[in-house]
Amino acid sequence: MIAEKYAEEIKGIIARFPNKKSAVLPLMHLAQHEYGYMSQEAMREVAEILDLDPTQVLSLSGFYSLYYEEPVGKYVMEICNDLACALRGADQFVDMACRKLDTTVDATTEDGLFTIKTVMCLGACDRAPMLQCNLKFEENLDEGKFDQLLARLREEAVSEQKSPSIVEKIVAYAK
Amino acid sequence: MAEPTATLDLSELRRRARPQDIPQVPTITICGGTGCRVYGSEMVADRFRQELDAAGCQATVELQVKSTGCHGFCEQGPLVVLRPSEIMYVHVKPKDVPEIVQRTIIAGELIDRLLYVDPDSGDHISREPDVPFYKHQQRLILNLNGLIDPLDINEYINMGGYRAIHHCLGELTPPMVIDTVKRSGLRGRGGAGFPTGLKWELCRNQPGDLKYVICNADEGDPGAYMDRSIIEGNPHRVLEGMIIGAYAMGARRGYVYIRAEYPLAVKHLRAAVAQARAAGFLGRNILGSGFDFDIDITLGSGAFVCGEETALMASIEGRTGEPRPRPPFPAQRGLWGRPTNINNVKSWASVPIIIDRGPEFFASIGTPSSKGTMIFSLVGNINNTGLVEVPMGITLRQLVEDIGGGVPGGKQFKAAQIGGPSGGCIPPEHLDVQIDYDSLRSLGAIMGSGGLVIADEDTCMVDFARFFMAFTQEESCGKCVPCRIGTKAMLSTLERICDGKGQPGDLEYLTELGNEIKSASLCGLGQTAPNPVLSTLRYFREEYQAHIHQGRCPAKVCKGLISYSVLEENCTGCMVCLRSCPTGAIQGAKREVHHIDAEKCNRCGTCFSLCKFDAVQVV
Ligand SMILES: Cc1cc2nc3c(=O)[nH]c(=O)nc-3n(C[C@H](O)[C@H](O)[C@H](O)COP(=O)(O)O)c2cc1C
Ligand code: FES
Repeated sequence: MIAEKYAEEIKGIIARFPNKKSAVLPLMHLAQHEYGYMSQEAMREVAEILDLDPTQVLSLSGFYSLYYEEPVGKYVMEICNDLACALRGADQFVDMACRKLDTTVDATTEDGLFTIKTVMCLGACDRAPMLQCNLKFEENLDEGKFDQLLARLREEAVSEQKSPSIVEKIVAYAK
Repeated sequence: MAEPTATLDLSELRRRARPQDIPQVPTITICGGTGCRVYGSEMVADRFRQELDAAGCQATVELQVKSTGCHGFCEQGPLVVLRPSEIMYVHVKPKDVPEIVQRTIIAGELIDRLLYVDPDSGDHISREPDVPFYKHQQRLILNLNGLIDPLDINEYINMGGYRAIHHCLGELTPPMVIDTVKRSGLRGRGGAGFPTGLKWELCRNQPGDLKYVICNADEGDPGAYMDRSIIEGNPHRVLEGMIIGAYAMGARRGYVYIRAEYPLAVKHLRAAVAQARAAGFLGRNILGSGFDFDIDITLGSGAFVCGEETALMASIEGRTGEPRPRPPFPAQRGLWGRPTNINNVKSWASVPIIIDRGPEFFASIGTPSSKGTMIFSLVGNINNTGLVEVPMGITLRQLVEDIGGGVPGGKQFKAAQIGGPSGGCIPPEHLDVQIDYDSLRSLGAIMGSGGLVIADEDTCMVDFARFFMAFTQEESCGKCVPCRIGTKAMLSTLERICDGKGQPGDLEYLTELGNEIKSASLCGLGQTAPNPVLSTLRYFREEYQAHIHQGRCPAKVCKGLISYSVLEENCTGCMVCLRSCPTGAIQGAKREVHHIDAEKCNRCGTCFSLCKFDAVQVV
């Protein structure tokens, strides 16, 4: 229950707006952080905290692309294939990444570790191909660097060190 | 609103705010932007610290940890700039460091092999400001990026920061501030170019004592990242602009609406707001003037249309970001129904400069109708990618050739897309166009937010237009019919043409539909969505016609119109392409000429890009 776990944070978020309802998007960020995606439960909790109808949360989650409506892998690799990146080979990079992980865009690998998504411009166009993973930019990528990244993340996942600092960061960030 | 913990004494502020631009202690600045980091700038910085210690030198080593507050010249990294001499070395490796310390820092000599070589003239260039990439620039807004630590408010203050707000609160009445902004000729940098001073006046003249100001940092145009860079590299200047605007308009609360995809910018902004509050620039009774104002940060959630001002306000209010018709304008009925003024990041950041250096100074830069500087991100097929800040009125040719260093690989320049998905493309015959709001508009492009995407001869302009149409179609919020249905119809026509199934009449249909969408859509998204198609039709009509009438993609891009084959005389039978073909379409054996089965080939181009012997050709 985010209402209990993040009671302090939630109070602070709501206080920033002239009306409670307006706090819905930040609370959805928080809920998604907690559950990994906007599960039914997550939507219901947010709706309850703000006295909204759950369908209102549902429609917001559909409208805004940063809310995932399906479960995602532990690491979501958001590869920019917007124009400037496409001119520097981002589409081929996406194909390569999918082949390598034996998956398709938006699907999650069987081990539950990786989801590849394609996203709009992340403002790192001069260092394409690039992706964002765990709020970090990985830039000037090629196959070799992608392999290194996968190796690093796999190692991190095994040692269960999805560093608490990152988690804390996300929470701080969602506030 | 919390009471400021410490209100800065005005004289203290004045004392600190010495007009000083370059640090006088010898400083070694090493770009720590992501680009340079990849090349090992951290190791270079460590080595500098060791060597300087060993040599007993008094100098500051700064590894600047800004991801895009960088020097904007990433290809040459790691970049090392020695100040105050401004000597710049490129591609510096840790092993070069002892020599730099001994020969340059101690003995004052130049090391020739580490200097930047201008690809055009072959000259070795020793000082940073002489590099052509910087020389044609005029960095008013970006001048402190890379020079100050964005996480330390004192560095901004030391460079003259917050002097403008001090001046406004102490000496100017709100109407005087508005008049100053008007006289500067500043026009909105978020795309449409509306005169900022006029907009402020509209908002100021609205009744009511609860008003809002908003900073639009939703930057979503593909290829544009200057807003992110400004906020990451120098967030205080944006805040200072907002505080001045709030004072001028009588707003008491401000919001920065920033994309959640920009974590570093969000972090720097949060830190800046907290420090500004602690220093007494935000909160109650700012600098003892009786003026109250505070700023909050709200995160976007991934919807391009939220950059549109009415959609943005809906999003802050916690609703789906759908635009609504104007009037009423935000100045009349904005956030939560209150008078609201929205400006772009660059517009806000220009304000302290205008106050500080005077409206006449600002208005002296640029053309009669477009004043000041504009920041562009040069991306795509161009040698020097990066952010550049230039005076309005510079020609596109200077931007592409002198600053951008031209198109890589000896290829020809084909087009520059300016203004993102709302803008248009400019062909080679108009390279000498002056960059200002009106000249661009006369060519069917717009200034937009400053994304400048360069396409070389290998780009198919039909495919290019299809890309933008797919973008706007996807981002259409779906509220109004012309935009929702119209963009779909345009996109499917373009897709058909790219697939080799174009029909006579398609081009007329695209033009007609495009014009209808422009006139009938509710918001700027739909009103500008057809621009990339219309402008490519205007300048590259033959290319469309080749697709439709000759079944040919002249740039050899559209998969439906090309095929791959092996040039027998070049093929060495190395099996590289054969092994990597994802569909198994290539047959052959070691040291035997390979063949591509056109039926199985999905035209991914892998073989083409892998072949080291130029034996794969596209026809
Ligand atoms: C679809 C669409 C997207 C927009 N995106 C942005 C944006 O990312 N940043 C921005 O400053 N303005 C954007 N605008 C323009 C804003 O509506 C508004 O005109 C601008 O923020 C006003 O600021 P200015 O007067 O300083 O230019 C967009 C407009 C439309 C129609
Ligand atoms: S287009 Fe990919 S980061 Fe800008």
